[in-house]
Amino acid sequence: MSLPRELASGLVDFLANAGAMSRFFLRVLVISPSGLLRPRLIVEQVYNTGALSLVIIMTSGLFVGMVMGLQGHDLLARIGSEESLGIGAALTLLKELGPVVTALLFAGRAGTALASEIGLMRATDQLSAMEIMAVDPMKRVVLPRFLGGVIAMPLLTAIFVAISLYGVQLIGVQYFGIDQGQFWSEMRSAVEIEDVREGLIKGFVFGVACSLIAVYEGYHADPTAEGVGRATTRTVVISAVSTLVLDYIVTAILL
Amino acid sequence: MRQSRAIDVSTGLFVLLGLVAIVFLVTQISNREFSLTETSYRLKAQFENIGGLKTGAPVKMAGVTIGRVEAIDYDMQLLKAIVTLRIDERYGEIPNDSDASIFTAGLLGGQYIGISPGGSEEYFKDGDQVAFVQDAIVLENLISKYLFSQAEKESAAKAEAAASQPASTPQE
Repeated sequence: MSLPRELASGLVDFLANAGAMSRFFLRVLVISPSGLLRPRLIVEQVYNTGALSLVIIMTSGLFVGMVMGLQGHDLLARIGSEESLGIGAALTLLKELGPVVTALLFAGRAGTALASEIGLMRATDQLSAMEIMAVDPMKRVVLPRFLGGVIAMPLLTAIFVAISLYGVQLIGVQYFGIDQGQFWSEMRSAVEIEDVREGLIKGFVFGVACSLIAVYEGYHADPTAEGVGRATTRTVVISAVSTLVLDYIVTAILL
Repeated sequence: MRQSRAIDVSTGLFVLLGLVAIVFLVTQISNREFSLTETSYRLKAQFENIGGLKTGAPVKMAGVTIGRVEAIDYDMQLLKAIVTLRIDERYGEIPNDSDASIFTAGLLGGQYIGISPGGSEEYFKDGDQVAFVQDAIVLENLISKYLFSQAEKESAAKAEAAASQPASTPQE
């Protein structure tokens, strides 16, 4: 095939994928009220996507915060205002770094688990078996996983930011000896409630996007071992890219 | 059954942790010394010029934030800016002859309203108008005033010199 043709067919593939995913999203939204009938399934998925991601979120958060403490202190010491470390760290973490890094980790830890689990169900014909038993796999399998991810992401974001700030504080106050009171009061005077809201909105948006991509890719995986592997890879790649693109869009809207 | 109980417990723990983190971010990190949702009363003040005052700007008394600017409107009859202040209920006993001025925090900081208390025995009530106000100081006005006064001085000095010269020549 010639290059322009290949490009064209790639573009068509992309559009078809985007369209199918939007349709899938609408279907999930339409049946989402029925998820409330089985809260038990959602709780299990909050555990799967949220509670099981806690360790990676907390360790990463601590180290991201500590690195920010070191780098931020180095930067601010050059202009002689180390006390502003709290402001810079809090705003960066709340508005950008927290939601984005959480979403990337979430895609890697929870998204891949969801995609491979559903993909394997597809490969082993469990989804078809459900359909034969008149159980809608969208309601029984896809919806709880999607909702669980949507619930878990904002909570994970908040935990990540809180732990990171503790890491910043650890380096800034305990190691470099910035005055504790000044650190917190400067932070408090600069950070507005809107900044916290922005972070949580982003967490929610990324949660919707990453969960949707994971369940979509799993649900539409080729029913082979190779297909499940490909679905898992695609989940991480598409989640990462759309998180960063969405981040720009949400920031542009909220600023 | 035991396993599902373990799932419940750890999910509960996770959700609790998340909520604690949100509460921590909202109360400890962000600036909530005064929010408009608290019980409060309103005052109005008319200004000729509010400079760069924005809604949400703090209202301060002796440097303490006691409220926020809730709304800024322009009155077409009075041809003045109407600023609505929302003052926290805790600061309910402000003498009703106090004056409101627009100040700038720092050299280039944001603008805020400063209230200096008067000596009246009566207090402001909800919806009252602040009678004594002082407008924002606009830097350009100050500069132009200074320049005009310099120019005036110079021309006055010239006029004086011109007036004194013809007066002095005949004497010589």
